[in-house]
Amino acid sequence: MKNFNVGDFIFENVSRVMSISVLVILVSIFYVLYDHAKLSIDTLGFGFIFDTEWAPNLEKFGAFPAIYGTLTSTATAMVLATPLALGIAIFLSEIARGRLKSLIGTMIELLAAIPSIVYGMWGLFFFVPLIQKLTGTSGIGTLTASIILAIMIIPFTAAVSRDAMDTTPDILKESAYALGATKWDVIKDVIIPFAKVGVIGSVILSLGRALGETMAVTFVMGNSTNMPSSILEPATSIPVILANEFSEADGDLYYSSLFYLALILFVVSFTVIAVAKFAFLRKVRKNG
Amino acid sequence: MNKMLLLSALAAVSLMAADKISGAGASFPAPIYYQWAHAYEATTGIQVNYQSIGSGGGIKQIQARTVDFGASDEPLEPAKLAQDKLLQFPAVVGAIGLAYNIPTLEGKEVKLSNAAVEGIFMGTITKWNDPKIAADNTGVALPDQAITIAHRSDGSGTTWNFTYWLDQISPVWHEKVGLGKTVKWPVGIGGKGNEGVTNMIKQTPGSIGYVETAYAEKNNLPMVTIQSAEKTWVKPTTENIKAAAANAKWKAEEGFYQILANQPGKNTYPIVAATFILLPTEKADQNKKVATFFDYSFEKGAEEAQKLGYIPLPKETVTAIVAYWKANGAK
Repeated sequence: MKNFNVGDFIFENVSRVMSISVLVILVSIFYVLYDHAKLSIDTLGFGFIFDTEWAPNLEKFGAFPAIYGTLTSTATAMVLATPLALGIAIFLSEIARGRLKSLIGTMIELLAAIPSIVYGMWGLFFFVPLIQKLTGTSGIGTLTASIILAIMIIPFTAAVSRDAMDTTPDILKESAYALGATKWDVIKDVIIPFAKVGVIGSVILSLGRALGETMAVTFVMGNSTNMPSSILEPATSIPVILANEFSEADGDLYYSSLFYLALILFVVSFTVIAVAKFAFLRKVRKNG
Repeated sequence: MNKMLLLSALAAVSLMAADKISGAGASFPAPIYYQWAHAYEATTGIQVNYQSIGSGGGIKQIQARTVDFGASDEPLEPAKLAQDKLLQFPAVVGAIGLAYNIPTLEGKEVKLSNAAVEGIFMGTITKWNDPKIAADNTGVALPDQAITIAHRSDGSGTTWNFTYWLDQISPVWHEKVGLGKTVKWPVGIGGKGNEGVTNMIKQTPGSIGYVETAYAEKNNLPMVTIQSAEKTWVKPTTENIKAAAANAKWKAEEGFYQILANQPGKNTYPIVAATFILLPTEKADQNKKVATFFDYSFEKGAEEAQKLGYIPLPKETVTAIVAYWKANGAK
C-alpha cells in the first residue's frame, strides 16, 4: 500500500461498479420480460413459437409469422447491405482521396443519424410505388422492408469497416506494393485479412440493429399476421407487433403473450450476437 | 430574491394545475376533442389536455385514476362500469366509410352488398369485376383489377366498430374472424391509425379500406354505397349518419351503453359509432369540471364537430346526459 492514492482508488471502484451495472441491467431486463411473460409461457408453452395463428380477439396467440418475418426481413437486408457497405468501406479507405474521401465519409456517418421514422416515410412514398410498378404487387411487403433496413444499416457496416481498414499499417501495404502487388491484390490479401475482425464486428452491429428495427418496418412491411408465401407479400415482425398492439392489449393472456414475444426477440438477438462474438470472432482472431 | 422568484413560479404552476383537466383515450374523436379544448380554453382559460393513446389506453388510465376522464370507442357494459366505479356517457358520433381507389371509376358510384363486403374482406372475392360485385353495379365498367384491402395495424376502436358490423352482417365472418380491436385479417395490409390506412388506399390502385369518414373526405377518397339494416342502399352522408344517432335508444341507467351499428331505418347508414367518456364515480369535484367542459362543447361545439365530419348528439340525448350528470353528482 505504499503508493495508495485515494483518487485512483475511487476512480477504479466507480468504474468497476459502472461496468458491473451492465450485467445487472441485462439480467433485470430478462427477469422482467420473463416475469410478465410467465402466464403466456405457462399457458401456451413452446407451442407459442411454432403456432401460426395470431388472433388476439379469439385469444389465439402464435408467434411464428412474427418470428419468421423478423428473420426473413433481417436476412434479406443483410444480404443486400453487406456487399454494398464493404464496397463503400474499401472505396473510402483505399481508393478515394482528399475532399471526396472526407465528404463521402461524413455523408455515410450522417445517414446513421437519420431517425428511423424518416426512413419509414421515405420508404412508403418512394420505394412502395416503385416496387408496385416493378412487380405488380401492392409494393408493401418483406422486400420493401428489407431494402429500407439495408439502407439503414449500411452506414454502420461501412463506417466501422472503414475505420478497421484504416488501421492497416502503411508498412504492410507499402511492402506489398514494393513486391509488385496491384491495388486489388493489396485490398484482397493485405487489408481485408488485417481488418477482418473489425469488419465482422461491424456486420454483427448492423444485424442487431436490423433485428430490432420497428418504426421504419411498420410503415412498409404490411402488418399482416398471415404467413407470407414470398418476400413480396405483406408480413409482420416482432417489434412491429409490439409497437402496434401493446397500447390496446386488454386481457391478461394477450398482454402476457406480447411480453413472451419480446422475450423471444431478446433471446434471439442476444444469442445471435453472443454466438457471433464468442464463437465466430474468437476463431477468426486465432486464425488471422 | 431568487427564492421569492422560485416560490412565486411554483405558486403560478400550482394555480394553473388547479384549472386543468386531463383526459386520455380514443384516437377516433381526438380531432374534435382538441378543437373543443382549444375553444374552451379561449373562453374560460381552463386548459383541457387530451392525449390520443387509443381506447384501451383510455380505459386503463381511468381505471388507474391517473386522468380526469377516459375516452373509449368501445362502450363498457353496465356491469363493468359498476365494477370499476365509472360513469359513462357518449360525446360525439362518427361514421366509418369504406374508402376505395379505382382510378378508372372516378366520379361513379360503387355499390357493395353485404355479400360482396363479406367476400372482399374474407378474401374470396379478389377482383373488382367479380360477378358478386358486378350484379349490383350495372352500367359501371368495373376493372379487371386485383383488390387490396387496407386495415388498421394497431389495436383500434375503429376496428372494433367495423368488425362489429361485419360480424353482424356475415355469418362466415362471425364464425371465422369475429370482432375485436385487433383481429386476424384473412387478407390485406395494415396501416397505422386512420391516417395510415388512408395513405395506403391513396397509394394503392385497386385498394379498399375502412376509415373514419372525415379522413376519407379530407383526402378526396370516394366511399362505397352499402346496405342498411333494411337492405336499402345508403351512403355515409350527414343525414344518413344522423338517422342512426336519432334512432338509438340510449339508456342513462345503463351508462348509455349502446352500439350504433345496424340501427333500423331505410335511410340509416349502418356503420356508425358513438365514442364515450368515462368518469370515476368518487371524484365529484373533478367530474363537475369535466362535465362543464362537455356541456359547453355540446352546446357551442356542434358546428365545429360537423365541420370535422362528426355528428353532434341529438338534443334529447344531451338532455338525458345532463340529467345523468345531476343524478350522479357531476353537475
